[in-house]
Amino acid sequence: MKYVIIGAGPAGVVAAETLRKNDLSADITMISGEGPYPHSRMAIPYFLTGRIEESGTWLRKNEDHFENLGITIVDGCVSHVDTAPRKVTLDEGQVLEYDKLLIASGASPLRPPVPGLDRPGVYHCWTLEDSRNIVQRAAPGSDVVLMGAGFIGCIILEAMLERGVNLTVIEAEDRMVPRMMNQTAGDMIKKWCLKKGVTVLTSTRATSVDEAGGKLSVSVDKGDAVAADLVVVATGVKSNTGFLEDTGIKMEEGILIDDNFCSSDSNIYAAGDCAKGREYGSDSWVMHAIQPTATEHGRQAALNMIGVPVTYQGSLSMNVLDTAGLISASFGKWDGVGGDHAESIDQDNFRYLRLEFDDDHLVGALSLGRTDRIGCIRGLIQRAKPLGVWKARLMANPNLVAEAFVGLSQ
Amino acid sequence: MQKSLNINPDKCTGCAQCELACSYESEGVFNLSKSRIKVFKFHDEGRFVPYTCTQCSEAWCQQACPVDAITLDLATGAKIVNDATCVGCKVCTIACPFGTINYIADKGVVAKCDLCGGDPECVKVCPTNAITFVDANWTGLDKMRNWAMKTDSGSQASA
Ligand SMILES: Cc1cc2nc3c(=O)[nH]c(=O)nc-3n(C[C@H](O)[C@H](O)[C@H](O)COP(=O)(O)OP(=O)(O)OC[C@H]3O[C@@H](n4cnc5c(N)ncnc54)[C@H](O)[C@@H]3O)c2cc1C
Repeated sequence: MKYVIIGAGPAGVVAAETLRKNDLSADITMISGEGPYPHSRMAIPYFLTGRIEESGTWLRKNEDHFENLGITIVDGCVSHVDTAPRKVTLDEGQVLEYDKLLIASGASPLRPPVPGLDRPGVYHCWTLEDSRNIVQRAAPGSDVVLMGAGFIGCIILEAMLERGVNLTVIEAEDRMVPRMMNQTAGDMIKKWCLKKGVTVLTSTRATSVDEAGGKLSVSVDKGDAVAADLVVVATGVKSNTGFLEDTGIKMEEGILIDDNFCSSDSNIYAAGDCAKGREYGSDSWVMHAIQPTATEHGRQAALNMIGVPVTYQGSLSMNVLDTAGLISASFGKWDGVGGDHAESIDQDNFRYLRLEFDDDHLVGALSLGRTDRIGCIRGLIQRAKPLGVWKARLMANPNLVAEAFVGLSQ
Repeated sequence: MQKSLNINPDKCTGCAQCELACSYESEGVFNLSKSRIKVFKFHDEGRFVPYTCTQCSEAWCQQACPVDAITLDLATGAKIVNDATCVGCKVCTIACPFGTINYIADKGVVAKCDLCGGDPECVKVCPTNAITFVDANWTGLDKMRNWAMKTDSGSQASA
């Protein structure tokens, strides 16, 4: 069986390893659009701070890992897929035939329609190349503007502060991390950032980036322009599916996959940031763009490609974020489904926990300032059985999440 | 034969010796909050439950790690965090549905039970044999593992 995987991020790598583990004779080729060493975007912020070298971002630390597993890595970019006959064409003209194809091409940052984003000194923070450019300009004391205070923006924010820059964050919505945090938690994160010396402009839009006096200048719709040595743009992502355009494969924000990770073409599967798959415990389809979903997708897709029977209940959305020392997390349907909720707030100590229930089940949570046994929240959400007596106890004191989990698993 | 921790809450008196021994062995201090095993106290039911990583085969933490910092100790079957490789991103702490891998802020890395390299301190100090180290085959922890398999988001295959 000839398996070809497009993409060597976490979804592609986990898929390749799972294929090998379950099919010793399979012919496995993984195409990496970003060099011979599969690496992790998530590790880039730690490369920015200098905590790790480039090799610290590698998904597998042993240089011979893939060779030892008999997984061929092809360094190149796919420009075209033919579904009949089944072949993949790379930019350089190389053609690879497949029996089963996995698309794990990830996502790319969105570029908002703001004039001047093509100027030198304006970068996304998505690839190792981006981060090399950022490191050049993010010297201690330099002025940095971060466009977008979403999840990725806030991760970069942390790295920028560690580099000792003067930071201004511009966010169009009314709070920080709007797609991961509610108003209460978003406001607490903003307050924390202000205390750390970050200028946070919420409900503000950047309107253009110009050059003035040897520096960049970011104009905004409210107030004065902000001078910058570096502008980092983090305003959302979109799936990498351009090379599939004329295949007729069904796509929305990502490649539509069924519960077997199969696309509308029965020989083509998709996983990770490029795929739109089932949301945990629901009938909605989503593109998550998070690491845990990418690895789970990769593993599940590979098992389905081999024909190992697996059931899948969808992937749970979850994020953990460290904003200059304030750690926040969100799980599942944190904005509720119309059921009960329980909240515990300690503004002074930046601690917050909100639980959302659907009848007798936990369906989502937000937390701030807590790391202790935080994973139990996932455990509680993905528990098949109702919470029983613990529902009332959690309503009275949401901080008992770990106790509830342990109590229920006895 | 690999061994695993077998916990029998019925025998636990809540004395916290395991927590102290664990924090001292792993972090060099007697500090309950640094322990990788935690005794949950259910006063209503008069019940104490020592709780730590089961070294589950799903290894959610290891699967989610973006930098290969969590590896399998082939001798003991424990999933081990390599402090020098861990970047402190905390993704494992939300991916583990048991909540048994935790972020240690002052070190900037995560920590979990590593079975003390095959000779767990918690077992040695437990005065009532509530925590024992037994052949992996008949540990009561299988119950919890099975439960995890039923409730996870879909990775039930044995692969
Ligand atoms: C700075 C940053 C921080 C992040 N932090 C977190 C975090 O804390 N927690 C979290 O859960 N997630 C985080 N993420 C998101 C996470 O990194 C992604 O969800 C994850 O990488 C998705 O994995 P993937 O394998 O689907 O795609 P990717 O990692 O994007 O990999 C896709 C691969 O496909 C290749 N490719 C694309 N197109 C082609 C083509 N035409 N031909 C050949 N190859 C191609 C790419 O080069 C790449 O190798 C972060 C992302 C960034 C950028």
